[in-house]
Amino acid sequence: MTTVSPAVTAVRSDARGTAHRVRKRLSGRAASAAAIVIAVLWTTPTFGLFLSSLRPEDQIKTTGWWTFFSDPQLTLENYQEVLFSTSSSSGRMASFLINSIVITIPSVLFPLAFAAFAAYALAWVPFRGRNWVYIGIFALQVVPLQMALVPLLSFFSEGVSVFGAQLLPAWELEGPARFAQVWFAHTCFALPLGVFLLHNFMSELPGELVEAARVDGATHGVIFRRLILPLVAPALATFGIFQFLWVWNDLLVALIFAGGTPDSAPMTVRLAQMAGTRGNEWQRLTAGAFVSLVVPLIVFLSMQRYFVRGLLAGSVKG
Amino acid sequence: MNLDFDFAAEQPKLLQLLLGVVAFCAVVALLLLLLDRVPMRRRPWPVVTILLAPALLLLTIGLIVPAVRTTLLSFMSGDGASWVGLDNYIWMFTQPEAVTVLRNTLIWVALVPVVVTAVGLLYAVLVDRSRFESLAKSLVFLPMAISFVGAGIIWKFVYAYRPEESDQIGLLNQIVVAFGGTPQQWLLEPPLNTLFLIVVMVWIQAGFATVVLSAAIKGIPAEIVEAARLDGASPVQMFFRVTLPSIRSAVLVVLVTQSIGTLKLFDIVRTMTGGQFDTSVIANEMYNQAFRYGETGKGAALAVFLFVLVTPIVVYQIRQQREAAR
Repeated sequence: MTTVSPAVTAVRSDARGTAHRVRKRLSGRAASAAAIVIAVLWTTPTFGLFLSSLRPEDQIKTTGWWTFFSDPQLTLENYQEVLFSTSSSSGRMASFLINSIVITIPSVLFPLAFAAFAAYALAWVPFRGRNWVYIGIFALQVVPLQMALVPLLSFFSEGVSVFGAQLLPAWELEGPARFAQVWFAHTCFALPLGVFLLHNFMSELPGELVEAARVDGATHGVIFRRLILPLVAPALATFGIFQFLWVWNDLLVALIFAGGTPDSAPMTVRLAQMAGTRGNEWQRLTAGAFVSLVVPLIVFLSMQRYFVRGLLAGSVKG
Repeated sequence: MNLDFDFAAEQPKLLQLLLGVVAFCAVVALLLLLLDRVPMRRRPWPVVTILLAPALLLLTIGLIVPAVRTTLLSFMSGDGASWVGLDNYIWMFTQPEAVTVLRNTLIWVALVPVVVTAVGLLYAVLVDRSRFESLAKSLVFLPMAISFVGAGIIWKFVYAYRPEESDQIGLLNQIVVAFGGTPQQWLLEPPLNTLFLIVVMVWIQAGFATVVLSAAIKGIPAEIVEAARLDGASPVQMFFRVTLPSIRSAVLVVLVTQSIGTLKLFDIVRTMTGGQFDTSVIANEMYNQAFRYGETGKGAALAVFLFVLVTPIVVYQIRQQREAAR
């Protein structure tokens, strides 16, 4: 194929000669130009924000970031102030950055483990009603978060009572213990997608492998740990990245379960507050926003391969 | 500037994180230990219970029971004390402020999926097999990693407004002024402000469309492309007769996932306008009603309506995936 087709094309296109080739190159140029326009449109807003975050406060507020090119002045003061200043009007972003980290790590680990356990049972342990359980978990992907928020919040704050009888007490979490609520909520919401994704990968592994291990007398624990987990490591990475980006970037769940104070709220909540009440304090907003973008950008760029694989598996949570 | 940030005050949080990670390790170790104790040749139930119980328990507490309770709440008054029948739903479809919310959501769902798919497809075709393809795709893909809140701030800065006599700091108004126009408060004037919010969503999501559609384009068999080229198809003919029909299912995937995401959209509206100036959408209004005004019933009704809107789309998506898997 590869050796024949250029020759054939050459013979055919000879008839129409150079005109065809010129037109093709022109359309190629127009296409490149259009592609460059889109690429510039897509990167300029972020670039403007980044450049602004490095400009002195009075300049951000009075001139556009493009004046930097005629009057270049850079400073790290905005970052210092938004991260570490303790005056109430400033960002105190360092506190919120720590909150984001404390929220995110367990909110990724727990669903990853529970989804992997469940997916293994649904893929490799035959039992009656297995399909129905799988379809049930799968179908829960339909339920929007919004359906769960009010009752889950009252579950934390009031416990469970049926006809006046208290079955489960309220959690009554104070201070840093409130993080547990957020972990719990994120874990619940992540499971349908997680089980679905991991089950997809696990069920595609060759059955002979598992069968051979069984014949050798391996228990489910051994098969799961030594055989299945290493083989589905890429899938675990994919789901891990999804969940990481989801939790780190989430606003809704955090607003409701973590509150709005520096004690437990993540950066997204703080930024949304600042955009509302101090919408014109651009020196803090730009620097603060950029701090919150850096972490997911690094994770994303270093593990883009796994992320794309997950997207192509047709899995997007909402 | 007062920079004496108190790092010691942050320690309890890190301790809590440590506690969480230790709890995680303990739970996993316990489950694995139990799993190892169960002999293989017996009935499957002990193993199944150990493996499935955590997930099923969490799903029941976190999703199933709450969803049922929300449905019940949607037929109750704001404080959850008395039944009000369909009042909350009647409010949703008759009161002007609620109808505006529904109308806005409709505009979002009508525009975002189509525009995202169009931009993504155009870009994927344009950069296909060019020299800088992977770099070009990464640039458009990057906003996917950014939070909607961050994207909201980035674009609020683009839309920033300064009075006519002073220098503009927002890029859009600067361009308008450069062409001799007067600067506008883009986010304050309905109905156009909703369109300016939609631009942000398209900016975030176009990369997703590009990546999915680009992969589909690469999957078109080389013979088909070659045959069309031999027949002298022009680039435009190529696109509409060969490329588009071949990637139909990928286009559908993008349209469907974008529709679902757009229906549930919350962060952009909340960050950029807070739902004021006639820009609110269902998810934002649901939050306001349930968590700011204490109108749990109305909030629940909006959530149920969201569920009703999303369900057929997800069911369709699942069917598509199953067919693709076969």
